[in-house]
Parts: sequence; C-alpha cells; structure tokens
Amino acid sequence: MAEIRLHNLAHSYSRAPNGNGDYAIREMNHVWAQGGAYALLGPSGCGKSTLLNIISGLLSPSHGEVQFDGKVVNHLHPEQRNIAQVFQFPVVYDTMTVFDNLAFPLRNQGMNEARILAKVNEIAEVLELHPLLRKRASNLTADEKQKVSMGRGLVRDDVSAILFDEPLTVIDPHLKWKLRRKLKQIHEQFNITMVYVTHDQLEASTFADKIAVMYGGQIVQFGTPRELFERPSHTFVGYFIGSPGMNLIEVSRCEGGVRFADTVLPLSPALNQRLDELQWTSLKVGIRPEFVHVWEGFNEDARCGEVVHLEDLGTYKILTLRLDGQLLKVRLQEDQPVPQQQVYLSFPAQWLMLYADEYLVEVLPAQPQSQSSEVQP
Amino acid sequence: MKVQNNKAWWLVLPVFLLVAFSAIVPMMTVVNYSVQDIFDHSTRYFVGVDWYKQVLQDTRLHDSLLRQFIFSGCVLLIEIPLGIAIALCMPTKGRMASLVLIVMAIPLLIPWNVVGTIWQIFGRADIGLMGWTLNKLGIAYNYASDTGDVVGTIWQIFGRADIGLMGWTLNKLGIAYNYASDTGDAWVTVLIMDVWHWTSLVALLCYSGLRAIPDVYYQAARIDRASAWAVFRHIQLPKLKSVLLIAVMLRFMDSFMIYTEPFVLTGGGPGNATTFLSQTLTQMAIGQFDLGPAAAFSLVYFLIILLVSWLFYTAMTHNDKTR
Repeated sequence: MAEIRLHNLAHSYSRAPNGNGDYAIREMNHVWAQGGAYALLGPSGCGKSTLLNIISGLLSPSHGEVQFDGKVVNHLHPEQRNIAQVFQFPVVYDTMTVFDNLAFPLRNQGMNEARILAKVNEIAEVLELHPLLRKRASNLTADEKQKVSMGRGLVRDDVSAILFDEPLTVIDPHLKWKLRRKLKQIHEQFNITMVYVTHDQLEASTFADKIAVMYGGQIVQFGTPRELFERPSHTFVGYFIGSPGMNLIEVSRCEGGVRFADTVLPLSPALNQRLDELQWTSLKVGIRPEFVHVWEGFNEDARCGEVVHLEDLGTYKILTLRLDGQLLKVRLQEDQPVPQQQVYLSFPAQWLMLYADEYLVEVLPAQPQSQSSEVQP
Repeated sequence: MKVQNNKAWWLVLPVFLLVAFSAIVPMMTVVNYSVQDIFDHSTRYFVGVDWYKQVLQDTRLHDSLLRQFIFSGCVLLIEIPLGIAIALCMPTKGRMASLVLIVMAIPLLIPWNVVGTIWQIFGRADIGLMGWTLNKLGIAYNYASDTGDVVGTIWQIFGRADIGLMGWTLNKLGIAYNYASDTGDAWVTVLIMDVWHWTSLVALLCYSGLRAIPDVYYQAARIDRASAWAVFRHIQLPKLKSVLLIAVMLRFMDSFMIYTEPFVLTGGGPGNATTFLSQTLTQMAIGQFDLGPAAAFSLVYFLIILLVSWLFYTAMTHNDKTR
C-alpha cells in the first residue's frame, strides 16, 4: 500500500535523446494517491505501457525519480518493489495447476501453506476460478488464463499497487463487464492502489475514480470522468473522450471575442482579458456535440447551419451540419425533432471552451495546466 | 451422408511413388532377404524366421546393442543438458550473437568422415594436440591401443562386475558385460567427438526455442518474484519442450545409427570397444556376405529405433493430452 509519486520523470529509449520526439515519456510530475482506483487512458503508442513498466521497475527511467511513500525506488528491481502487474496477454505457468499458479507469488514470498490455501481460495472465489483450481493451466481458454493472470496479481494483498496493462483485451465482451466489476469490488475490499491502463474510455470511466489522459508522452489531464467530459483541459482530451468527440474549430482573435469566417463568438470580459495576457500561436474553440443547443424553429439569436448528414444510433442521433464552412456534429435526443436542411443552433457560453495552443484557457487564476496531478475537482 | 471425394487420392500418388522407391521397395527387399538363405542367383531356400532366431541369440549383437544403448544414452545425457546450458548462455543481441551463432554452426557443417579424421589427428599421442598434451600431463592416453586407463575410476568401478553398480546390475540381468574388453579411450573419444559435433545442433535448436518466448513471461516472473531456477523450470523448459522433442529424437536416431565417425577413427576397435550396431551390420552384410541374418538384423534394428523413438515421443507429449 503506497502512494506513488513520479518526480520530474522522463524516459527516452534512445541513448542520446534529441528533442521531445525522442522521449516516450516527457518530463512529468504526478501522484497516484494511496488506495485510489486510477485509469491511464490514451491512444496506442502514447507511452502508457512505458509509464506502467517504469512504475513496476521493469524499465528504468532515463530521468527523474519514482517514489513509493516518499522513498525513491529507482534502483529497486520489480521483485523488491512489491508490486503486482497484470499484462495485456495472459501469462500462466503451463506446467502448474491453476492453484499452483495462484499460489506461486505467495510461495516465492515464503508464506506458509495454510495461509496460501486461504488466500488462493479467497481470490478463486472472487474470480470464479474454483472449478478450475485442480486443472492444469495449459488447458484453459484465453479468458480463463487471463483470469488466472489477474488472480496472481490480486492474490498478494500486501502489494504497494496493482498495475493493469489493458488486461481485458483478450476477454469476451460480456465477461469484460463482469471482470471490471470484480476489479472494482476487489479494490473496495482491499483498498489497494490500482492503475489501469486502457485505450477504451468506457473501460476507464467504469473502473476509475480518476482518469489520467496521456497524449504524446505526457499526462494532459488528470480528473474525474465528468471533469474530462465537461472541461477537457487539452484539445486531445476533448477529441478523445466522448463519442463523437468535441467539435474543435480553429478561430482567430477579434474585438471582444473570436471568429471563424463570418461567425463571431463573443467572449466574457474575463476570458478576453486572460487571452490578452497569454502568448499563443493558435486558437481553437471547442464544444461537445451534446452541448450544442438546437432550436426547434427559426430563432433571432441562433445561427443558421445547413444539414449535411444524419446518423441514427437508436437512442440518439448524430447530426452533422455545416456552419460557415465548418463541419460540426450535434447530438440529438430521441424525442427531439429532426431539422430538415436548415438548422438553428447556439453555443451556450458555459460549454464553449477556448484553447490557446491546444491548452484550455481558464478564467480562474493560476490553475496549473493539468500536467500536475494536484488538480482538484 | 458425407460425400467423399476419392479423387484426392490421386494427388498423393507422386509422393507415394517417391516414398515407394526410396523406402518401401528397399525395405520389402530386406524383408525378402531376411526369410531366405541365399547362395547365388538361382540357389535360395526359404528359411522362415530362422535368421531372426539366430540374430536374437547372437551374443556379438547383444554386445553391440548394449554398447549402442550406453553410447546413445550418454550422448543424450551429455548433449541435451549441455545444449540447453549453452543456449541459455548465448548472447541474444548485438554482434556477439551473430558471431556465436556462426561458431556454433561450424561443427554441423563438417562432413562426418572429416570429423573422424580431425579427431584421429587431434588425439594422436605423437603429433595430435590433445593426445600430446594429455600424455605430457602424465595421463597415459592412446585411443588406438589402450582399453581402460583414461576412462577413469568412475567407469572402472561403475562397470565392475563384482562391486560396480552397473556391471553388477547388468550381469544380474543376464547380460554378459565386462568393461575391460568393451570400453576404453577409444570409446570415450568417440563420445567426445559426437558431443563436439552435435551439441551445437541441440544448442541452436534450444536457442531458437528460447528466442520464441515472449518477454512478458520473464516480466511476469519478475513481478511474481520467481527465482532463476523457477523461471527455467516453469517458463523456459516447458516452452522448449517441442524443440527438445525434436532434438532428443534427432540425436537418438543419429547416435543410434552412428557409423562413419568410429569407422574412421578406430575402425570399431580396439577389440570391439567402438563397434556399434551399424558397423556390426555392415561387417555381417558386406564383410561376410551373410545377407539373410543381416537383413533380419536390420529389421530388428529398425524396429528398435522405431520403438525407442515412439517411447520418447509418447513420454514427452504425454502431458499435453491429459487433462
């Protein structure tokens, strides 16, 4: 049980890194608090697994420190860090039975057999592996093997943390849901820090209390699923989270606000002032398809767009429209009338986000731009 | 009813013809010889299983069969663990990896009769590097005439008929065994030569098997705090099983049929110390023109190899089938 702190951590696979491009992990500071359930979310190749392997000690970072409860553990091997890790593909010891597989990490610790029996039975109960305990691990299905793999991680309840590296990739969809709930239960029961790497936002938000979104070797936002949805602090978070992602429109500065083509979007005085203080080279506005307001008919204050495409997804519809040359997506509820050809819409100010150089422009003073974990909800 | 398309059998025909000429026809010829007593083209008698009876009771063959089993057993006991050990030590990346692979492959590329000649020279007491060195070190070594000194006390004691475990056991089992006339420097030299020649094969097979193990297994083992022995026992060895099966079968069959090396090195001597089955067979067939007994013998020889290979195969794949 431990708090995991990454201090000025960076990693490059090349021996003489040259510029940001050579870094798999760009310098970051981050804290995973004791007992939290966290997800590390990001696209393939963003450095999620690298970061996980650095925490577990399979990989030694080229810069910075990994601290467990304030103690630097850089020089400790994975064996010495007392950490459990579950990998993407099932790893079982073919020669052993399921029971021996689950008991293996405990036996290596030198635990006595009576306690091992109790622990293994407990975890087999939770993962529903009981009927398989006497079976040889080599004869299991992929699902079962992955459960055994997970079981070997979970059976040690004294670990500093359990790291999951996309553990449900090979699992059937209906089982995925079940196993995720199991993990959640186990988390509640044992209060172990868990870090769960995934590229699936649904998986991340159902498992984790807080999600760290990684992009290009950096954690671009760390927050609750709701924060990530409502106030993405980086354009990537806006684009990656949500289905479909946030509408992002490149805009230019104008008197009292921003504009694209003939459309002027006025900004609040505070935001205008903030924007004048900042240095930036590109500006974007972002609004989620869910938050674009669609009027039922003509409205004085609304802007008029042209319907391009309608996609019916059953419980809701995705409307693609063109507004001043920009394509936007809007989410319509089932019962909402579907506009034909012309659509009147407006952007509620509270949901309209402004991004300078891809980072959210915040009106509230001095919030660090989300690389750090101490962003409070 | 499932419709069967028997035309597919025609597709097997070319292979069948090939196998017929390379294996089936020669083998049936041997079967034919083994039940006849042949004097010349027109004078031949059907003798039934007489040759088989004779062959199975021939003590000369018992001796070579025993030598052969001991030899193949030693070959496997040395080459398989040694090959695995070498494979585990071989570098995995960089220039050294390629260099080591080449060095390991060299013995495999040398023809058998050359190997015999190399060791014949290497072991010579007057001009051979090894023989000369051993003799300088005060070890009396001469593969051409000596029959019992360098094998060492282990084999002497182990093989003794009165107090040695092996000698005593073998004699109790009714097998006439006496190391003094059957083993010697020559025998050990042939063994070392085979180890030198073929351990590379086992090592290279194991090396390829080891490379095929995904990294994540090693990572998981580290996370589980597995000891190096546990990693070997529970990850490497099980994953090597299929290549080891190939290695064991190849090395067993090859060593069981060893002919050229002892033929070149010692000609089967001194005495009969390095006369293995294939040589006995050749002497019988070509040296003495006893085609009938030789044919019967080669069929028995063939069945022994088949049986032992089957035993190995069954033993090593047994676990996959049980649940």
